[in-house]
Amino acid sequence: MASSQGAALDRKKLMADPIMMTTIVLLIAFLTLFILYPLAILLVDSLYGANGLSLETFKRIFQMHTFRHAITNTLKVGFVVGILSTLIGLLFAYVEVYVRMRKVVGGLFKVVSMLPVVSPPFVLSLSMIMLFGKAGLITRFVLGIYDNNIYGYWGIVIVQTLTFFPVCYMMMKGLLKNIDPSMEEAARDMGASRWKVFTTVTLPLLLPGLGNAFLVTFIESIADFANPMIIGGSYDTLATTIYLQITGAMDKQGAAAMAVVLLCITLAMFAVQKYYLERKTAATLTGKASRARMLIEDKSVTIPLTALCALAAVFVIMMYICVPIGALFPTWGYKFTPLTFKWFQQVFTRYRGLKAFRDSFVLSLIASPITALLSMIISYLVVKRNFKSKGFIEAVSILAMAVPGTVLGVGYIRGFANGLFHTGILSGLYGTGLILIIVFVVRSLPTGTRSGISALRQIDKSIEESAYDMGADSLKVFTSVTLPLIKDSFLSGLVTAFVRSITAISAIILLVTPSYLLITVQINEFAEKGAYSIACAFATILILITYGAVLLMNFFIKHFGTSRKIKEAE
Amino acid sequence: MSAMRAKQPKGVRLDHISKIYKDPKTGKDFYAVHDVDLTIEPGTFVTLLGPSGCGKTTTLRMIAGFESPDEGEIYLGCEPINALTPNKRDTAMVFQSYALFPHYNVFDNVAYGLRLRKTPKGEIQQRVTEILKLVELSGMEQRMTNQLSGGQQQRVALARALVVEPGVLLFDEPLSNLDAKLRVQMRTEIRRIQQALGITAIYVTHDQSEAMAISDNIILMKKGVVAQMGSPTEIYYHPNSEFVADFIGECNFLKGRVSAVRSGEADVSIDGVDVTVVTDKAVKVGDEGEIVLRPEAIVIGDEGTLPCRVELSCFMGSYQNYHVRVGDTLVKITDNCPISKKVFNVGDRAWLSFDRICAHLL
Repeated sequence: MASSQGAALDRKKLMADPIMMTTIVLLIAFLTLFILYPLAILLVDSLYGANGLSLETFKRIFQMHTFRHAITNTLKVGFVVGILSTLIGLLFAYVEVYVRMRKVVGGLFKVVSMLPVVSPPFVLSLSMIMLFGKAGLITRFVLGIYDNNIYGYWGIVIVQTLTFFPVCYMMMKGLLKNIDPSMEEAARDMGASRWKVFTTVTLPLLLPGLGNAFLVTFIESIADFANPMIIGGSYDTLATTIYLQITGAMDKQGAAAMAVVLLCITLAMFAVQKYYLERKTAATLTGKASRARMLIEDKSVTIPLTALCALAAVFVIMMYICVPIGALFPTWGYKFTPLTFKWFQQVFTRYRGLKAFRDSFVLSLIASPITALLSMIISYLVVKRNFKSKGFIEAVSILAMAVPGTVLGVGYIRGFANGLFHTGILSGLYGTGLILIIVFVVRSLPTGTRSGISALRQIDKSIEESAYDMGADSLKVFTSVTLPLIKDSFLSGLVTAFVRSITAISAIILLVTPSYLLITVQINEFAEKGAYSIACAFATILILITYGAVLLMNFFIKHFGTSRKIKEAE
Repeated sequence: MSAMRAKQPKGVRLDHISKIYKDPKTGKDFYAVHDVDLTIEPGTFVTLLGPSGCGKTTTLRMIAGFESPDEGEIYLGCEPINALTPNKRDTAMVFQSYALFPHYNVFDNVAYGLRLRKTPKGEIQQRVTEILKLVELSGMEQRMTNQLSGGQQQRVALARALVVEPGVLLFDEPLSNLDAKLRVQMRTEIRRIQQALGITAIYVTHDQSEAMAISDNIILMKKGVVAQMGSPTEIYYHPNSEFVADFIGECNFLKGRVSAVRSGEADVSIDGVDVTVVTDKAVKVGDEGEIVLRPEAIVIGDEGTLPCRVELSCFMGSYQNYHVRVGDTLVKITDNCPISKKVFNVGDRAWLSFDRICAHLL
């Protein structure tokens, strides 16, 4: 075959570049061992039991009606949350992009989009209980309702919607900004009313994007562990059922099979989202708007829309503020004055808070630079280099995005507790801090890689080629050209990884051993027990840490980032 | 400046080079470059010219090492370089987008290659200063690259490639992002520097006037194969195919039949009129052939050899543009300095004549 010489030469050139070769090999080993293998072992475990290859385990779990309920529950919640989040997100995005609004409202929007990023995943569940629960501030003391039950379906739906809609809002905002205003102006010019323009031009253009946002939220919702755990009550979803199957029923094989079912659902959704909707979205909305949009100034439109969004935003912000305030009341639901710091004190005096924060902090701090560097290396290889196993690396790192934390956690238990393939090899890993760090890395890798890829795509390929051509080897190209150019994105990747790690719970709760105390696990425990004040105190300190990290990042980007140097020159 | 010479310009030999790509739509393999076999002499300026998709950039990138040939071997000097990575090759490339490092200033951009080679600091200082003087950017050392105009960025890119004294300098359509006026100025500049340094340069462009103005030799490519290689004059006046004739400048093709053959000359009968043309081909009486005639080589007047009728007559300033009909064939003519001559109008009858040296039989 004629083309084999080219391929052979490409291979030879790769071999002549030992740094690149080693990186690729190590990367493939890491991805295989810590993403593919744990997932594969789940499938093996659930199919291969004492009596050989059989579907026994699957039959068994499908006979459990708790599990059958969990499936319908999960899908029901995911569907409703997906729709609600997409609609609310669209409303927010539309108002921001199309309507002239006051600066204050814009600020509110910004805060709303920021909050879910810096807060631990179950903060809204906590405040939901504290505001609307049996002893809720609003239900009992404002409305006088004494037996409000927010645990269960509606509790999860509301909390998840409030948690996930900002993601939809950001996605929709990006899409709406890409719609060329002249298209809508053309429709207006031909006599369409604003509503008609929205339904006949804007909406059809957005449709794939809406589907995309819906599925992304759907996946987030069914993968969510923390909220159903705290506010679900007896309403179990797949994630919590799997957790209980391991911690309660001690049925690891059953849990593995359940995890396979959950994984199949998310993977199917993810495949549709990634390979169909995302492509379609990109096809209908390409390029930037040619010029600025004429904002809607008609007061009969702006006032109700802005007011509605502002109210919703204030409500969401209030939910978040409820947490630190809740930690200041002497006894939630009974005694509100005088405000006290006793819970914060107890965090450290009675509940080993210092150790919890130190463990969480140190582990996340170690994990985040590894994650950031790894995701930059992956993005660099994917975007800038050409080699055979590139497809594999890209596919596995993207695949990790679709793996719910609970599934990964079960996979790690099954895959590493007794060593590789239950042989005892590498079994020393299990129960150590190292495996927690690895989980942190794997869980944040997809987001980091995604933003790394988009950052690198903006850099002209020939800049690196030119360095390469000039005599730099792969490592030198990466350190002297690529990394400096994406310093900002690297920094934000670092902080995102840190924030994600320190607020992570779903996978980690299955793997953590008594020798490590993690904040999120502590919060979960106290919330489960109903000790909301102490949970709030923990959560408040956690939010302060993550928010501090974000502030620090912005400071660094502003004063030491690459963009500053380049911007200054302009 | 005179102190700077290329340390040793190298020749390049492409030994039956091919590159196969997969068509993204059909999934079928096709030759992006097919059996290109040629030698580039040291110290010459050679242009790879052709329409987009002809394989010229792929060829250049194979020389640089970014692509690997699927067949054949590339030699730099006497050394086969197929297996060498781009950073190990004695080539330096000037990219279409300049590819300057935005986080470095002008000096650091130019010094990049020297620092990689662990050149002593003092020497870096001296060589960068010297090369920046050569490209007329002295005093700009501390500027960031986005503070420079397009032409200046181009010069930095050129300086960065020149300063490492490569055996071969590669250009990938370096002027296509500049405006027309600057393009003309820069190509003169590039040619001046190449001649001053005596360096080997391989230059990719799709602009035929650029290729003519700048090169010692032009390699005209079409669909992955070399259509013709030769000096600009050879390619212009002795194209070996209709494609080459048509790609380089405007061209007329007159069909005829060979009526007599003498050494280096032939008579061709066009609609019953015999004209004499130069030919280096072995033709015999009775052969069908096409005469290639450049529009500026034809004289239009009240007398001549070929009768015609004027179909378009258009004043263009420096010349009069005619379309005339000879038999069934449309012939384009540019007649310089029309104010000093008789101007024909649409519908007029006229006669065409040309010097035999300007006509070339395909």
